[in-house]
Amino acid sequence: MLQTIIPLLVDALANAALIFFVAVGLTLVFSVLRILNVAHGSLYSIGAYVAASVGLWIVAAGLPEWLTFPALLLSAAFVALLFGPLIEKTLVRWTYDKSEAVQVLVTFGLFLILEDLQRMVFGVQSVYQDTPMSLLGISQIGGIVYLNYQLLLIALAIVVLIALKVFIAYSRTGKLLAAVVADREVSQAMGIDTGKMFVIAFTIGVFLAALGGALATPTSGVSPGLGAETMVLAFAVAAVGGLGQVEGAALASIIVAMAKVLAIYFAPALDAVAPYLVMLVVLIVRPYGLFGSGATRRI
Amino acid sequence: MKPLLKAEGLEVSFGGVKAADGVNLTIHEGEFVAIIGPNGSGKTTFLNLCTGYLRPSSGTVWLEDRKITAMAPRLIARKGIARAFQIPQLFTDHTVIENVMLALAAHRNIWEALTPLNRPAYVEEAMELLELLGLEEHAKTIAGTLPEGLRKLADVTVAMALRPRLLLLDEPTSGVSALERFPLMDTLMKAMRAQNITALFVEHDMEIVEKYADRVVVWDSGQVMAEGRPDTVMKDPRVLKSVVGAL
Amino acid sequence: MTRFHIILATGLVAMVLAPLVFPSIQFVLTIAMAKGFAALGVALLLRAGLISLGHAMFFAAGAYGAAFLATRLGVTDILLILLLSTVLATVVGLIVGMFLVRYRAIFFAMLNLAVSMVAYSLVSKFYGITGGTDGIGVPVPTVFGAVLDKAAFDNLLYYLALVLVVVVGVFVHRYLHSPLGHALSAVHTNEVRLEYLGVSAWSALLVGYGISAALAGLGGAIAATSIGHVLPEYAFWTESGHFVLTAVLGGIAGIAGPLLGSIFLEVVHTAAVGYFAEAWNMIVGITLLVVIFFLPRGLFGLVEKLSGIKDHQGEPKL
Repeated sequence: MLQTIIPLLVDALANAALIFFVAVGLTLVFSVLRILNVAHGSLYSIGAYVAASVGLWIVAAGLPEWLTFPALLLSAAFVALLFGPLIEKTLVRWTYDKSEAVQVLVTFGLFLILEDLQRMVFGVQSVYQDTPMSLLGISQIGGIVYLNYQLLLIALAIVVLIALKVFIAYSRTGKLLAAVVADREVSQAMGIDTGKMFVIAFTIGVFLAALGGALATPTSGVSPGLGAETMVLAFAVAAVGGLGQVEGAALASIIVAMAKVLAIYFAPALDAVAPYLVMLVVLIVRPYGLFGSGATRRI
Repeated sequence: MKPLLKAEGLEVSFGGVKAADGVNLTIHEGEFVAIIGPNGSGKTTFLNLCTGYLRPSSGTVWLEDRKITAMAPRLIARKGIARAFQIPQLFTDHTVIENVMLALAAHRNIWEALTPLNRPAYVEEAMELLELLGLEEHAKTIAGTLPEGLRKLADVTVAMALRPRLLLLDEPTSGVSALERFPLMDTLMKAMRAQNITALFVEHDMEIVEKYADRVVVWDSGQVMAEGRPDTVMKDPRVLKSVVGAL
Repeated sequence: MTRFHIILATGLVAMVLAPLVFPSIQFVLTIAMAKGFAALGVALLLRAGLISLGHAMFFAAGAYGAAFLATRLGVTDILLILLLSTVLATVVGLIVGMFLVRYRAIFFAMLNLAVSMVAYSLVSKFYGITGGTDGIGVPVPTVFGAVLDKAAFDNLLYYLALVLVVVVGVFVHRYLHSPLGHALSAVHTNEVRLEYLGVSAWSALLVGYGISAALAGLGGAIAATSIGHVLPEYAFWTESGHFVLTAVLGGIAGIAGPLLGSIFLEVVHTAAVGYFAEAWNMIVGITLLVVIFFLPRGLFGLVEKLSGIKDHQGEPKL
């Protein structure tokens, strides 16, 4: 019994970890900027492409293979620093005082641009680079075989969750971000540079998306269309957790990944549907997600 | 006089503050009743309770012999209670006359998907109402671009287009310059008399209340503190202390 | 007759003549009209301030409806196929709408997305029923019992679609100017006032949602019979995004806007495919941004300019 359940569980949690990175980035951006970034999934796939390309280059150049690990992280940081401030300062900033429809459309336009940009730069072939995973190998505990890379993913997700909470609760920048989330107008009146906060939050969001993409390449590679697929998955998770809720995103990642893995084992036809079914059920019962609360209207 | 609206023991509180603390109040047909009281005494809350925007934790609201407590605002509106708001609530992308015609259609039959709203019968009726309130020149103005004072009048016109039995007015003269208050109230009174509307209005201005109300209800801390004819109530020392002192 | 009507009439005449002058453009314009219907549906909801990222599901419902009717249910007449597929999409729209029109803003967008992705994944997975990712081939429909060859049918379908554009356009125009249509845009500007008028915003929106699903379904059925094949991709969320994009590009202030946007996109796409096939999405994305930044009323705004219409205050805004 345990022989089947534990690998299933590890599989689900490793999946959850990858979804969590991208969903928590989306939800963080939403909570600070109040914008749903439809191009978020593209930043995930760009992170994946950059990481895979760098990894392939490291191997081809005959550099030490362990360098592929820091390469994953650095790729994500590179993507974040390149795209985060650029996108926020040009496009996103312009939409703050616009309606949701305009915000969604502007980021959808960005999504279309980024999708083609990837095709131009990285081509239309799938890219695999699994050195980090094969380097780590497997371990066998109590007769059960684990992929060490999956365990690493789970650990990293926990580290990111804790780091985010600590950052928001204890660092100066984190506290300022929390103030902007709580009340944007008052924060502005108190002299907080909200523009700067928006750039920081957006860049962290991009970093998390790109990190998710980078970490996913060793297990699943990257191919065109990944951005669009990841986008809806991230939507689903962020919505289930409650838009803007960090812990919500964590719990929702686990629920959605569990649903997906269970579906793969017990009802393979439903594996792709499972995340959205979970989202539908949760949102019908709790429209603002597990941890979210709706705004009330005033007369 | 026949009672039209009756509130019995209404209670509601927000975070420990009682905004309605056992409110009993009756409005009779044909009356023009004013509610006065300091800010935060629960005047607007009472309107919210009567129109279904808020649910009381206990107590009952009757419209004649029908219980309307906790019914949805749109159902209460259909029963004949219309409301004009302190901050005018208009369809800001529509013209003034379209706002009024939409109210007329809402009252008659909203379920028409192929016949125009802009039909002679509605135009004529809406123009009559707009003339009554002195807005005829602004019929084709986009509601969102009207100046504040006119927006308030437009809001009242929309409420009156529902042909209500009871009209609730939340501070009709707030945001209007001191000079324009009396002419505005004259216009409103004339329009309401012409339509035989019973009305309840929340007001800050004592002079307005004394001049226009048949009866005044003094609110304090979510309760009715005194009620009666304006000239007698205004002499009540408790009222003077609470209301006039607070102003 | 105003200048605006003259421009509309000119556009219509151009549409009538276009395939006679450039036969190769006929298919492109048929698809443009099909997608234009869907974009018009999305535009209705935009007037109510609601952005749907899931309308591709109704487009797909119409398309798959047409495919099922033609292959499984033995309904081969084109008019019946279009009618029944539209009815199917409307029913699906009303059922989905009953749950979704309670929500606003980003939650509405996301729930539409979720439902459409459930539909997309189901259609892709159930090979036995839907042909999975292979889709279903749609045979050439008959016309009043007559069997036509593909070319003749395509001709007929083009003009049928054009007639439908006019007829449906007139009906949607009347709807938007009716009390219910005004109530739809009133939800956007002041839902509180609408409820205080005794009108249920839920009902007004449900009617609008049903009509928008019907329009998308009609478009899907036209596309299915024109292309001769339906695929799960019809329901993918990026398609929904394209419908919204088309509506905004064309402009939501008039009925003609979304159709104009659709024709513009399809024609430019065809013209550009030889040169910029790799960068088409990028071009569309940049165009969208340019339109939103510099031409907020879309292409329809240009038509208004030509017509000498200067007062835009009463028009619906995004």
